[in-house]
Amino acid sequence: MTTQQRHDAQRGDSNTPGLEGREAHGSLRGYIIGYVSAIALTIAAFVIAPNTNMAPFSVVAALAVLAIAQMLVHLIFFLHINTAPAQKINVTAFAAAMLIIAIVVVGSIWIMGHLNRNMLPMEHLMQMQR
Amino acid sequence: MFGKLTLSAIPFDQPIIMGTCLVLIFGILAILGLITYKRKWDWLWTEWITTVDHKRIGIMYTLLAMVMLLRGFSDAIMMRSQQALASSNAHGFLPPEHYNQIFSAHGTIMIFFMAMPFVVGLMNFVVPLQIGARDVAFPVLNSVSFWLTAAGALLINLSLGIGEFARTGWLAYPPLSELPFSPGVGVDYYLWSLQISGVGTLLSGVNLVTTILKLRAPGMRLSMMPVFTWTALASNMLIVAAFPILTATFAMLLLDRYLGTHFFTNDGGGNPMMYINLIWTWGHPEVYILILPPFGVFSEVISTFSRKPLFGYRSMVVATMVITLLAFTTWLHHFFTMGSGADVNGFFGITTMVIAIPTGVKIFNWLFTMYGGRVRFTSPVLWTIGFMVTFTIGGMTGVLMAVPPADFVLHNSLFLIAHFHNVIIGGVVFGCFAGLTYWFPKAFGFRLHEGLGKAAFWCWFVGFYLAFMPLYILGFMGMTRRMNHYDNPAWLPYLLVAEAGAVLIFIGILLQVVQLVWSIKKRGTLRAGADPWDGRTLEWSTASPPPPYNFARVPQVAGLDAYWEVKQEVATALAQPLEAIEMPKNSGLGFFVSFFAVIGGFGMIWHIWWMGVLALVAFFALIVWSSWDEEDEFELSAAEVGRLERANPHAA
Amino acid sequence: MSSDVASLDMPSEEPGVQLPSRQHVTGFGFYLYLLSDGILFAALFAVFAVLRTATDGGPDGHMLFSSRNAFIETACLLTSSFTCGIAMLACDRRNKFVALVGFLVTGVLGLAFLTLEIHEFADLIAKGDGPGRSAFLSSFFTLVSTHGLHVTCGLLWLGVLLVQFLLRGFTPAILRRFLCFSLFWHVLDVVWIGVFTFVYLVGGYL
Repeated sequence: MTTQQRHDAQRGDSNTPGLEGREAHGSLRGYIIGYVSAIALTIAAFVIAPNTNMAPFSVVAALAVLAIAQMLVHLIFFLHINTAPAQKINVTAFAAAMLIIAIVVVGSIWIMGHLNRNMLPMEHLMQMQR
Repeated sequence: MFGKLTLSAIPFDQPIIMGTCLVLIFGILAILGLITYKRKWDWLWTEWITTVDHKRIGIMYTLLAMVMLLRGFSDAIMMRSQQALASSNAHGFLPPEHYNQIFSAHGTIMIFFMAMPFVVGLMNFVVPLQIGARDVAFPVLNSVSFWLTAAGALLINLSLGIGEFARTGWLAYPPLSELPFSPGVGVDYYLWSLQISGVGTLLSGVNLVTTILKLRAPGMRLSMMPVFTWTALASNMLIVAAFPILTATFAMLLLDRYLGTHFFTNDGGGNPMMYINLIWTWGHPEVYILILPPFGVFSEVISTFSRKPLFGYRSMVVATMVITLLAFTTWLHHFFTMGSGADVNGFFGITTMVIAIPTGVKIFNWLFTMYGGRVRFTSPVLWTIGFMVTFTIGGMTGVLMAVPPADFVLHNSLFLIAHFHNVIIGGVVFGCFAGLTYWFPKAFGFRLHEGLGKAAFWCWFVGFYLAFMPLYILGFMGMTRRMNHYDNPAWLPYLLVAEAGAVLIFIGILLQVVQLVWSIKKRGTLRAGADPWDGRTLEWSTASPPPPYNFARVPQVAGLDAYWEVKQEVATALAQPLEAIEMPKNSGLGFFVSFFAVIGGFGMIWHIWWMGVLALVAFFALIVWSSWDEEDEFELSAAEVGRLERANPHAA
Repeated sequence: MSSDVASLDMPSEEPGVQLPSRQHVTGFGFYLYLLSDGILFAALFAVFAVLRTATDGGPDGHMLFSSRNAFIETACLLTSSFTCGIAMLACDRRNKFVALVGFLVTGVLGLAFLTLEIHEFADLIAKGDGPGRSAFLSSFFTLVSTHGLHVTCGLLWLGVLLVQFLLRGFTPAILRRFLCFSLFWHVLDVVWIGVFTFVYLVGGYL
């Protein structure tokens, strides 16, 4: 942009999401850990899902936990979002987005659940029109 | 070859529309002719169409808003006139199918193409100057955002002469907006126009949040930002969070209409209430997107003209952020009556009432700022005081309707209409006019004529009360919204008063147009230097208008009200040597993307599929083309900067 | 008073003497856009959650979804995320060959993912269980297709980027664009975690 901004990536750009600065081998280790963990979590989910010995609610809860865990693995090992002070704005933005997502999804399910329970089903409403 | 488009799309049988279109066409041809005659095409292309300068883009947004205000207001006065005439046996001059398009266009245009561009325009112009930056984070993207908004505005206006507009109200609820009940092109015009401008708005949100968080001048911590910048940050954060929901929801309605899906249809398992739920999940944050920057304007205006720092800076900022968060927790109050039950209604009723509290904090802070100050009653201050009275009333009627049982009586009555016009006109419109008058000299180097400004204010202010207070009473008397005819003669006197108010507002608008023309004509006598109001923040330290690079030397900031501190000491900044400045090059990307957006949108609306495909291919080609040249900046040498500074008579 | 106000600051936001690099600013802006995209997907997930039982007498997830297919697609996308990460490491070290191979493998795996997905859709549509069959199927197709469209755009983007890379090497602009692409690609994989968990697994078995 203007001379306000330096042009190239520099060391210490560690507060850009996705960049970790030029660390040598440590980062490869990070990607491998992330990949293997993600595979394990994925396999676990596919194994648990068809399980009919657990109550459905428990299965859904387990799958949700596994999904969130894997999302965190991606965030930390692939996207390099961490708790370093320079990253704080990235974490804050992420937390804010998660809050909005939770409000939209949970709020919609709550509201629509109540609506569906209280209101006539569509087929009945349509029958009344005829 | 041309999908559904035939010559019968032009409403030859409707004289009002044909007359309007002829006037518009002649007007546009006249303007194009004038530009050609004065050989200004090069200048227009280089200085305005391909500019990436946030100041120019801000001015273009504001100009778009003011033009669309005229269109939206014409719709308003037609509605008022119809209602003043169509009592009992009289039927007025607007049949229902025409009236329904008018109220739909009125709301859509006023919110999306008047209020949004006005607010975004002010933020675009002011924020980089206030934070000591040279431009926004992504200047080319800024241009794209503006031109996409303009593309949406163009599409909506095309619907006047080619085809029809939606008859579904400004939010196009299904099932009315679905194909069985709206088989024409009206809803498609609505959807494509808003999807296109919605992308522009979202990109603008990303741009401004990044700018504020990353490009503040050295030393300017968050706690030293001007309040207008804080409210701009809040508003743009809301844009980034809320607009994706609008995009998703409109996309689903488009899929229902084009591909036969069943998201919101009556059959196939569709659930129209899900649309209403999602659209308001966007819609409520939207009104806060609109109102927060005007709150910021009032803070700047009142502290400057009271000659005091703003009272309670910290509580102002906290209140703004609390409103921003709570904005996402109240949306169900727009459909209390639609069956969600007491638990849900109770929760959202409480959150709606709670959000009034931080707003109240702000009002008290403004009042305390005035108290003990030496207030200069300039027209921005008149707009501000007018806002404080008007918005408070509107806010109170909102809290009244936040009580679900009360809302069961008042939902969709004229009481509701009066409430939201009360807060939007009293809050957003008055705030934008205050901001326009306040920052106009910074943008153009001369002030707007003060006497005409005050006259315009009084017409708007009195006109507003005449136009909308009767509507509160009519709401209690049982009159619902969107009626083109009614059988209760007791309503007529109130509607006549409302019509008088609308006429008075019309005079106010005329006065504003005259004010603009007169001020341009008399700009010699209205000259303004860098700091015409004795301001407190950094934008007043630049020349009026500022040079393209805003600040020849990057400001070093040490505290709140950065410029005020500087003014109290002898300026030592001049001693620093000038450096070369990298400036972004102009770009035609915005204009060309939007050109094809209009083509693509028009094609999709009329089912001219090849036009849609063409536009898509063109987008891809444009993006690849614009990315090919990596040299998107040019350098202004230090000597060049020095020369520009010396040549500028208003350099600070 | 000033210390009250200062509590509004974030420690990381102490502006230094220099302003951030263009790469930093672009990366952050792109990250914000990606968060907004996450909210777009959240709206589609919410619709799926609400409409998943609205099958209009037609088939539901149990009858339609193949977890084998979903697993292979997941494996492709996850591995492509890994190879994208390797390619980014190569960019850090300015290793042209590894970067090119890494991104190419990413692209190929992405294409494999898309091919499987399009096959699945074609099969469903051929059986009459397309997006117009019921609200459930509308929401399924839209949610998964929106993800698929993002993948498609990503692959087109990668293609153009690789051409530019072959022509010019590691210029600042290309490094910026690779950074944005990798952020995009990783976030798409994060969204896919949500898709395979809640659409294919929960929707398929529960």
